[in-house]
Amino acid sequence: MNADGHRAWNTRKLARQERLTRAIPFTRGKEVSPSRLVPLLEALLEPGDRVCLEGNNQKQADFLATALCACSPGQVHDLHLVQSVLALPEHMDLFERGIARRLDFSFSGPQSRRLARLVQARQIEIGAIHTYLELFGRYFMDLTPDVCLIAAQAVDASGNLYLGPNTEDTPVIVEATAFRNGVVLAQVNERLEQLPRVDIPADWVDFHVLAPSPCHVEPLFTRDPAHITEIQVLMAMMALRGIYAEYGVERLNHGIGYDTAAIELLLPTYGEALGLKGRVARHWALNPHPTLIPAIESGFVESVHSFGSEVGMEAYVAARPDVFFTGHDGSLRSNRAFCQVAGLYACDMFIGSTLQMDLQGNSSTATLGRITGFGGAPNMGSDARGRRHASAPWLKAGRERDAASEHMIQGRKLVVQTLETWHSPGQPAFVERLDAWQLRDDMGMALPPVMIYGDDVSHVVTEEGIANLLLCRTLEERAQAIRGVAGFTPVGCARDHRAVENLRDRGIIRRPEDLGIDVRQATRDLLAARSVKDLVRLSGGLYQPPKQFRNW
Amino acid sequence: MEHPALFGVVASGNLEVLVESGSDKTLCDFEVDTSAHGFAPVWQAVLEDFVTRYPVGGLKFSIHDAGATPAVVHLRLVQAFHSLDSGS
Amino acid sequence: MMQRRCSFREATARQRVAHLLDPGSFMEWLGPEQRLTSPHLAALGAPVAFDDGVVIGAGRLHGESVIVVAQEGVFNGGAVGEIHGAKVRGALMRAAREKPRAVLMLVDSGGVRLHEANAGLLAISEIMRALFLVQEAGVPVFALVGGTCGAFGGMGIVTRLCDVVVMSEEGRLGLSGPEVIETVKGVEEFDSRDRALVWRVTGGKIRRALGEAQQLVEDDVAAFREAVTTHTRFTDPQCHEAWSEEGLEREQARLSARRRDYEGVRDAQVIWNGLGVGRQVALMTSEEFNRFLQEAGLA
Repeated sequence: MNADGHRAWNTRKLARQERLTRAIPFTRGKEVSPSRLVPLLEALLEPGDRVCLEGNNQKQADFLATALCACSPGQVHDLHLVQSVLALPEHMDLFERGIARRLDFSFSGPQSRRLARLVQARQIEIGAIHTYLELFGRYFMDLTPDVCLIAAQAVDASGNLYLGPNTEDTPVIVEATAFRNGVVLAQVNERLEQLPRVDIPADWVDFHVLAPSPCHVEPLFTRDPAHITEIQVLMAMMALRGIYAEYGVERLNHGIGYDTAAIELLLPTYGEALGLKGRVARHWALNPHPTLIPAIESGFVESVHSFGSEVGMEAYVAARPDVFFTGHDGSLRSNRAFCQVAGLYACDMFIGSTLQMDLQGNSSTATLGRITGFGGAPNMGSDARGRRHASAPWLKAGRERDAASEHMIQGRKLVVQTLETWHSPGQPAFVERLDAWQLRDDMGMALPPVMIYGDDVSHVVTEEGIANLLLCRTLEERAQAIRGVAGFTPVGCARDHRAVENLRDRGIIRRPEDLGIDVRQATRDLLAARSVKDLVRLSGGLYQPPKQFRNW
Repeated sequence: MEHPALFGVVASGNLEVLVESGSDKTLCDFEVDTSAHGFAPVWQAVLEDFVTRYPVGGLKFSIHDAGATPAVVHLRLVQAFHSLDSGS
Repeated sequence: MMQRRCSFREATARQRVAHLLDPGSFMEWLGPEQRLTSPHLAALGAPVAFDDGVVIGAGRLHGESVIVVAQEGVFNGGAVGEIHGAKVRGALMRAAREKPRAVLMLVDSGGVRLHEANAGLLAISEIMRALFLVQEAGVPVFALVGGTCGAFGGMGIVTRLCDVVVMSEEGRLGLSGPEVIETVKGVEEFDSRDRALVWRVTGGKIRRALGEAQQLVEDDVAAFREAVTTHTRFTDPQCHEAWSEEGLEREQARLSARRRDYEGVRDAQVIWNGLGVGRQVALMTSEEFNRFLQEAGLA
């Protein structure tokens, strides 16, 4: 209440004004000199602030992260970090130094082990581990950042930002912060007279600082075709025949593993021979995977919308504007939030690999001693029950699930998990109990970190066969269907052979031979590209792989 | 193809299989030399499944394994078996 | 459908031989059924191979008799141990005696097998002597380098002793392997994990440009076959000329000029830049590259 008994309705605005006033000694208009960055952050931030230090799974605001780490913990402390990815060592240093205390996030790939140690040492409080869409959603509910520290490619004289191909999370972070009286500070790689295009208008951005080196971008989606195995080729053949062709899947998302890279590379060879061009895999929610080049060049792919970009694919993407979403300047415009929405609601299929699966079909990539989080897979790898538009594969999957029911017509997303039954001798992919349960107990989490829930999974593909879980009528049938493709793992060996043969007769389990596949055909000769260099050649020299993927 | 025939190579995660004629038409011999210890039951299961699916009487399979997964073992056995009738 | 080829790099030693020679013509000596496995590896509890990682035998190429040695690069890095080395030497001794049209050495080796280093070192010197006997008998020896290991250490030297070296860009040739250099001299001297650098320095294109390989072909067994069968040392048995004093002096002059021109050069990129082709070299097909060398007067 203010003095005359009326409530003030602009406290956030006033608080913002105070922050900006405190910043004046360290800034020149919107411009920040790199040498004044640390005192600026110390002036700007207040203990307990919610801060998004932009960390995507590719692009990192690394210069701002270093500066935040250099702040005095006496002045800046107990921050609450709300960001999708913890990728840099500095993200963890913040907690060790006491600058940050609480964390809400989605994914922590490279820092997963250190994160687990900090949690066990009680140096970090985790609010929750989210999927991308959940975290982005909470930016607009109860986790709106007070200050966001973002990364952009370039700034012009008036402060407009160009984000480059790796737009990623930036639009959603800035939208949430700028329109709820937060402060937006951007690190930029360069200052330009004229931006190629404006991605963030100047009046949403309070400050910008020129970083001494371009922000770090990790090539996360490059899979070298040289590492694809014959078994992965076999599973790709099975998936193409038993799922892509069977359901006529036109709109889809792929995971980032070698299993799905094999499928991408089989489309122009095996897929073409099966007559699938124009019938499957036309529209994609996918980063610009280099292994998609052959399918694009051979005319399979009509459109691709991307979460982020991929290092080395810039020129190729710019030269294929009919396929990718590009600005009028020609460069890729990615957007993680929108692409996740497309993956959740506009795709008929998600297919990806996993580390462990139990008898209910729950699958997890959790490993003991690590907290990796989820990223976006659960958004894409789940049946979107709010979906209301029909398509042939969605209706067919729904009919399979509801064959006995007569009351309502409802479709179903195809959620396919591919996994070789053993990762290595001694490490089976099928287990009675997921490691995720142990991890939950060790870390005191509310939920076991399950990537995809069993009741969302429609098909399981292994080298032994495809199990169609939609057709299973009881939990026991479902468990036998999973055992029936679990090979010689203890789970697979414990199958009821009669029950499994019955499932095979009913088409619930299909072996390679049931699909018309001779396992001897499963050779690397079927891959449209067998090396990164093949990909470069097929792209007409437009794809420029990072040096760790080149052998020339 | 004439006996003997060799498939695969001894490299991490892979194995080689040598197929030869055995002496007894009603028996199939397996000799497995593996660097991965403690997996006898899994080998037993893989080989039992293989002999029930393919007519391998009168053959001898000798294996040098360098930690192949059962999927790879099965694939190599099938390749080796089919090489006998395909003449490739 | 895109056109398929049989990748030399990905094929096993046995598959390379089968695709290289006239179909069905290969007769293996000391084949896997004889189980000549390494007692040294067995004593150490390391996995052994039925052929100890090398395939030897005789066959026909374009109708002509040839003797073949093919190392398996993925078994212990194609490294030469006692039995492996004895098989290679034995094949060469037989070639010196039987005088086939050519000997084909499909080299794919990091050098000597550390588990049996003394025997391996001895074997390398025996292989070299046997190779000289083959050459003295007037039989040309072709080295084909395009496997995953390349040709390093003792087998790098053996490769350079051969009459004709055929490489793919993916093949590598050198004395000390990249990991060895890094271990001995430090990562500042040579970063063995920088794949691009490793291939720029040891790969087929720079080896061809420097005259250490005489042919550069695509990573395709058929291309290697074509390179051998069309080479004058294969088509014309009379064309063999022993090293004359004059020839040796010419070679000496060439090497001196090379040393002078490229003194201190640490990266092939410098050489390509000097020739005005910069980064384009990486993407040239072997045909384009060979044409470029010809036009640059380096072929």
